[in-house]
Amino acid sequence: MINFVLLISRQGKVRLTKWYSPYTQKERTKVIRELSGLILTRGPKLCNFVEWRGYKVVYRRYASLYFCMCIDADDNELEVLEIIHHFVEILDRYFGSVCELDLIFNFHKAYYILDEILIAGELQESSKKNVARLIAAQDSLVEAAKEEASSISNIIAQATK
Amino acid sequence: MDLAINPFSSGTRLRDMIRAIRACKTAAEERAVVRRECAAIRAAISEGDQDYRHRNMAKLMFIHMLGYPTHFGQMECLKLIAAAGFPEKRIGYLGLMLLLDERQEVLMLVTNSLKQDLNHSNQFIVGLALCALGNICSAEMARDLAPEVERLLQNRDPNTKKKAALCSIRIVRKVPDLAENFMSAAASLLKEKHHGVLISAVQLCTELCKASTEALEYLRKNCLEGLVRILRDVSNSSYAPEYDVAGITDPFLHIRVLKLMRTLGQGDADCSEYINDILAQVSTKTESNKNAGNAILYECVETIMGIEATSGLRVLAINILGRFLSNRDNNIRYVALNMLMKAIAVDTQAVQRHRATILECVKDADVSIRKRALELVYLLVNDTNVKPLTKELVDYLEVSDQDFKEDLTAKICSIVEKFPQDKLWYLDQMFRVLSLAGNYVKDDVWHALIVLMSNASELQGYSVRLLYKALLACGEQESLVRVAVWCIGEYGEMLVNNISMLDMEEPITVTESDAVDAVEVALKRYSADVTTRAMCLVSLLKLSSRFPPTSERIKEIVAQNKGNTVLELQQRSIEFSSIIQRHQSIKSSLLERMPVLDEANYLVKRAASTQATIPSVKSAPAVTPGGQPKLPNGVAKPPPAPLADLLDLSSDDTPVTASAPTTTPNDFLQDLLGIGLTDSPPAGGAPSTSTDILMDLLSIGSTPVQNGPPTSNFVPPSIAETKPVAVTPQVVDLLDGLSSSTSLPDETAAYPTVTAFQSATLRITFSFKKQAGKPQETTINATFTNLATTTFTDFVFQAAVPKFIQLRLDPASSSTLPASGNGSVTQSLSVTNNQHGQKPLAMRIRMSYKVNGEDRLEQGQISNFPAGF
Repeated sequence: MINFVLLISRQGKVRLTKWYSPYTQKERTKVIRELSGLILTRGPKLCNFVEWRGYKVVYRRYASLYFCMCIDADDNELEVLEIIHHFVEILDRYFGSVCELDLIFNFHKAYYILDEILIAGELQESSKKNVARLIAAQDSLVEAAKEEASSISNIIAQATK
Repeated sequence: MDLAINPFSSGTRLRDMIRAIRACKTAAEERAVVRRECAAIRAAISEGDQDYRHRNMAKLMFIHMLGYPTHFGQMECLKLIAAAGFPEKRIGYLGLMLLLDERQEVLMLVTNSLKQDLNHSNQFIVGLALCALGNICSAEMARDLAPEVERLLQNRDPNTKKKAALCSIRIVRKVPDLAENFMSAAASLLKEKHHGVLISAVQLCTELCKASTEALEYLRKNCLEGLVRILRDVSNSSYAPEYDVAGITDPFLHIRVLKLMRTLGQGDADCSEYINDILAQVSTKTESNKNAGNAILYECVETIMGIEATSGLRVLAINILGRFLSNRDNNIRYVALNMLMKAIAVDTQAVQRHRATILECVKDADVSIRKRALELVYLLVNDTNVKPLTKELVDYLEVSDQDFKEDLTAKICSIVEKFPQDKLWYLDQMFRVLSLAGNYVKDDVWHALIVLMSNASELQGYSVRLLYKALLACGEQESLVRVAVWCIGEYGEMLVNNISMLDMEEPITVTESDAVDAVEVALKRYSADVTTRAMCLVSLLKLSSRFPPTSERIKEIVAQNKGNTVLELQQRSIEFSSIIQRHQSIKSSLLERMPVLDEANYLVKRAASTQATIPSVKSAPAVTPGGQPKLPNGVAKPPPAPLADLLDLSSDDTPVTASAPTTTPNDFLQDLLGIGLTDSPPAGGAPSTSTDILMDLLSIGSTPVQNGPPTSNFVPPSIAETKPVAVTPQVVDLLDGLSSSTSLPDETAAYPTVTAFQSATLRITFSFKKQAGKPQETTINATFTNLATTTFTDFVFQAAVPKFIQLRLDPASSSTLPASGNGSVTQSLSVTNNQHGQKPLAMRIRMSYKVNGEDRLEQGQISNFPAGF
């Protein structure tokens, strides 16, 4: 099972965190600090796995961002690399060649996408197309609600003119 | 993105806030911006603002991600979730998952909303609720909402089904009792076509098997066929763009099915046989040129190792690992090493074939690979290969990274200790390790080394010469220095006279003063710690008797520490000087070589001490009354300081001292004084005693007094009692000031009176009473005597005991202690030992008082209670 997902920039800034196992706020800060120290300092040729507190952290770097997932000791590390890539490809498709800024300003969208891929630390969907479809459907629900709200406020505005 | 709905919005938009935070140049600026935003959000919350609720929530999440406290927004999440519209719910659930976790009470309040949303007609709202429940539900919520989730497993929409299946995983993890409710629904989901549903259902089945054996049996019967079909279909499928990863159709589904097969096949021959063919097919057919393919092969190998596979299949698996191990990709090599650890249990020989490659991996540039490989090498060591493997590892120790040395040293030491038959080889390896990485060698390892040397009389000369050379070459390795100075002290004459040379050895010329030089250098080394220095002092003291001509010089070196700020060293220096200077007659017998240490005994202690849980406190009071049996060293006492431990060992063994052949083995101090005290053991005493005295005389950190000058308070009453027998005035000198400490056993009491604590200024004696028939209860009458020349006021005595003991303190007879022992204060204590007979009584005490209005504090530990308490 995936215990948590972390996105850290090369400068050590946190861009996304998702915790599937309970950690207190204090522990979270500590975990992030510890792992940034471990992962950001690793050379480019080394393997993508770090052993940490009896768990394994699988990470992969995309441009300036490190995608990290912490898994149990007997999970399949190679598969988790694929899950990370799966997530990145979906982000890429959604934002259109995603960059760090997209994830900063639209962090909530990144979370929505992650929630369509993982639940309870387990994989939910292996089809990128299906994830994209589900996200699009929900986004359009939000858009529709917005339009409705603004048309109502227009009506109110006109009525009170 | 613009979350503002209202065009007349006030306050900043989310995007602007993020910009403002990113524009901050200092942490203080950032804090200011966040504070401002938080204040605005709080205001909006308290006004019950509707329009910006979800924009505020988004801001809070961002602020939360930066690490600021956002608990005030938790209730807002609940309000958003309770709102009717999808946008509000969407952000509300996201906030719930981010800002809260399962341990917060607030979470319970959301159960009702969740229940409603799980029954909602809109599939996306159901999806949101399932997702939130799956990510953060607590055990209570799991119980409350399990029926809804169970029902949703049969929903028409596949996307709802898969979410419900994963949500069930979380529920079963929280409440394993519920597993049986889900098993038939889970099995029927395996008949679906939708990959998302299949993946989720397979994972749910795996979780159910973990939670309940009933579910495991059910699934073995009902879904094995379906699983084989799924795996066959997906691995035979032609190109499917939707699920394709690097030319393989849905590696995720492959892997999850293989994992479930492992769970089902484990320990079940029929199941294993049933899946044999498909495993063989997958492991031969899967392409291994891409990561996705390797991930499947890796899982497949793991499944083959985990089930009752045929030998042919196992060979196939081991071959795949062999290919992995020679791969250039570090990730693949890492997992190969990981897998080989498991394969050892199945087929050791096959793994041994790869030994050379594995050994290379120990030297890899990547720390993850090194660690794995080292673990593996450790498992691979056996009688035949231990020597070459150790040599490789020790050679590598020379060039390895500093960070890695600790791990490597620990592993080498435990490998060497696993095969101690060849003592010469063991010593050679240990000496090399000590020279190369002595700073990383753990205390118990070098203690074991000393025990072994003490037992190997034919190798002592060889050891001391080798260590002497090593000490000159690598004097900065702490453990090496300790072992070397200990050996030089003990076996100094073997070093100088080339005694018991081995055939291969070259004779070396070391003069007596060379040996003293070496120890002196070690003593004066800037970075030496207290233990090492203390050991150096003991070593020098011993050399002064081994090499009489150097005695004068040693006296000078020792005397230099008389003013040392570390009390332990100061005390040793003063005492040792006195021995060298004034006690020629007893010196040689006092400084005899240590008796052979008992190996078996040490190993038992070592095993026990690694399990000791009592925190270490080093202020044991130094007074041990003679004539009372020594208390077990285990429970109440702190794990002894290293040196004390070593010396303590000697007490358990028969000494080879010539001077006092009739004395009991443990009576070091009696040896020290060279008088046959044990001929008249004091009342009520078993003959074995003074181990503690010995420890206190030489041990580290046993400073009983915090505010006084070092005193010779280690001599028990029994010695003082028999002092007239000891005759020599020098001895009296050594025992200065002790005659007054005599506390004769109280004739009337069934138990002897004990001097529980003594410092330069204060003495405490305990007398005991027990009621017949209640062995666990003891009444202690404590008597406090002031030995100083000023009166103590505001005297308060406090005591603490381990958990298994109950203690009650009665009021003291007075809070003023008259000076110079003119009267005393008494106080009675009632103690109940709930583990009477298993654990001895122990107590820590603290005395605070005022001298001329100035606060004083003394403390100590009492572990010398008579036996049977």
